[in-house]
Amino acid sequence: MNNKVQKAKKHRYHRRIGRSFGGDVAMIIFLLLFGSLTAFPLIYAIGNAFKPLDEFFVFPPHFFPQSPTMQNFSDLNNLLGNSLVPFSRSLFNTVFITVVGTCGLILLASMCAYPLAKKEFPGRQFIFKVIVAALLFNGTVTAVPLYIVMSKLGLVDNYLVMILPAFGLPMGLYIMKQFMEQMVPDSLMEAAYIDGARDFRVFWSIVMPMVRPAWLTLIIFSVQALWGTGSNALIYSDEYKTLAYSLSQIAASGLAYAGVGGAIGLIMMSVPIVVFILTQSNITEAMSTSGMKE
Amino acid sequence: MASGVVHNKRTLWQQIVRNRSCYFFMSGYLIVFLLFTVIPVLAAIVLGFTNFNLVQSPGFVGLDNYVNLFLNDDVFLIGLKNTLILAAVTGPVGYILSLALAWMINELPPKPRAFLTLLFYAPAISGGAAYVWTIIFNNDTNGYLNSFLYNFGLVDSAVQWLSDERYMMAVAVIVTLWMSMGTGFLSFIAGLQGVDKSMYEAGAMDGIRNRYQELWYITLPAIKPQLLFGAVISIASSFGIGELMTQLFGYPSNNYAMHTIVLHIQDYGGARFEMGYACAVATVLFVMMIVTNSVIQKLLRKVGS
Repeated sequence: MNNKVQKAKKHRYHRRIGRSFGGDVAMIIFLLLFGSLTAFPLIYAIGNAFKPLDEFFVFPPHFFPQSPTMQNFSDLNNLLGNSLVPFSRSLFNTVFITVVGTCGLILLASMCAYPLAKKEFPGRQFIFKVIVAALLFNGTVTAVPLYIVMSKLGLVDNYLVMILPAFGLPMGLYIMKQFMEQMVPDSLMEAAYIDGARDFRVFWSIVMPMVRPAWLTLIIFSVQALWGTGSNALIYSDEYKTLAYSLSQIAASGLAYAGVGGAIGLIMMSVPIVVFILTQSNITEAMSTSGMKE
Repeated sequence: MASGVVHNKRTLWQQIVRNRSCYFFMSGYLIVFLLFTVIPVLAAIVLGFTNFNLVQSPGFVGLDNYVNLFLNDDVFLIGLKNTLILAAVTGPVGYILSLALAWMINELPPKPRAFLTLLFYAPAISGGAAYVWTIIFNNDTNGYLNSFLYNFGLVDSAVQWLSDERYMMAVAVIVTLWMSMGTGFLSFIAGLQGVDKSMYEAGAMDGIRNRYQELWYITLPAIKPQLLFGAVISIASSFGIGELMTQLFGYPSNNYAMHTIVLHIQDYGGARFEMGYACAVATVLFVMMIVTNSVIQKLLRKVGS
């Protein structure tokens, strides 16, 4: 009890050090201003999904839909229902790639992170250094050499083209290793080894449940990358085309489809945002170990 | 001497054998990582010296690709210039903005803090929303900005935001900054929450008088690991700009005005199949990123000292 009061006092004390009233006001104003500038396009994007087509062509344009409608979503369904790849198929492809890619990343990255974080063996530091260096090179800058490697491996027109690179996302391993190293106490693992548990058992029953915040963080990084998977030069068949690809085709077909484009935009943006909302507090916990040691 | 070497080798081999389960655990990830990250980067560096076109076996051409790039390829030079401008502007500004917003948000109570984190992070993960900027900056009077300016009598005809070379870079910078509160921003927020509160009290006793001194002498040194991590993320994304330019300005943009190196790689690699040439361009980009990263990491180590 006494301890609690002291803690509360300490907390208040900290918040007051050198906090001028003017500074607080300036800070709040800056946050409000910047927050609304950031929110404006997002709200506009949500509104567009529910705007009837004629409202896209009124002058001056309206920010909010005047007579909200679900028409755009049924138009989207009809439009894609008649196309070569039905909406349901491209939706399935995107969900499939996202789910398999994310599960694979979590499994492979945590298995690889375990010895890197907790064991001592030849090559450990070198391997981690290479992975840290690879954080610089995301998929956009290595796309063309990756294309060459894929085609030499014979991976053409296949889900694997889109899924496999996601398994090896350097950021995933980095976040997982940092979290394991700093958050899983060695004593717990040692106790399990003394009880006769083998490596895999310790990894699966002790380490994995403890690094839940880290794999939830991997989910958001991986979903964000995979959900937006668009055209790929090695995918020819229509049945492997993704949602983002179909959507970009529609968006490119002109202003007549502006409403459908709005519906698409909402579908594309809402999934990563919802995933983030569901996992936010865990992500903050996991990211607290993301710093780089000097 | 010789026996010493043999002895070391044997112990190294013994260590490897003893830790074989470690290598087994890592094998799955490392195979994928090697195939789809390490080999592509190394292959790009090697193929940059060849005329590889995916059909014929590659022939060695020395520095020809690089000579052509810098002396004969005007479009590459536009891309190089734009990439450098975008990296030099959106990199540092996005980084400092992320840090400033994270720092301000950190002073708020938990609920508003969580909400504002979501709000600033949302554009970075909602690639689907970037299209609204093409409506906001649309070239005709149906564009939101044009209509706004027109109504207030600030312009008398629609401004060509997305095709007039005077405005395109500004539009690109605004949209990029809007999307730049990403992974680094999350890392800053988490790092700030983890700073040991007793350090602030100790600082207050040592004569820290205001929040800015506190930031420089206590907070920033305490989150230095996050600052280093954020810099890597910032460099990776600001040098990799390309896709967004196509979304905003189409491809190619008017007079290639918003061409970037990533788009040049895609053009030669993905459309013309001049893989050797595309790999040379990629190598130029890799070198620029690695050099920038090592300079920035050295600079950031001086924070708070």
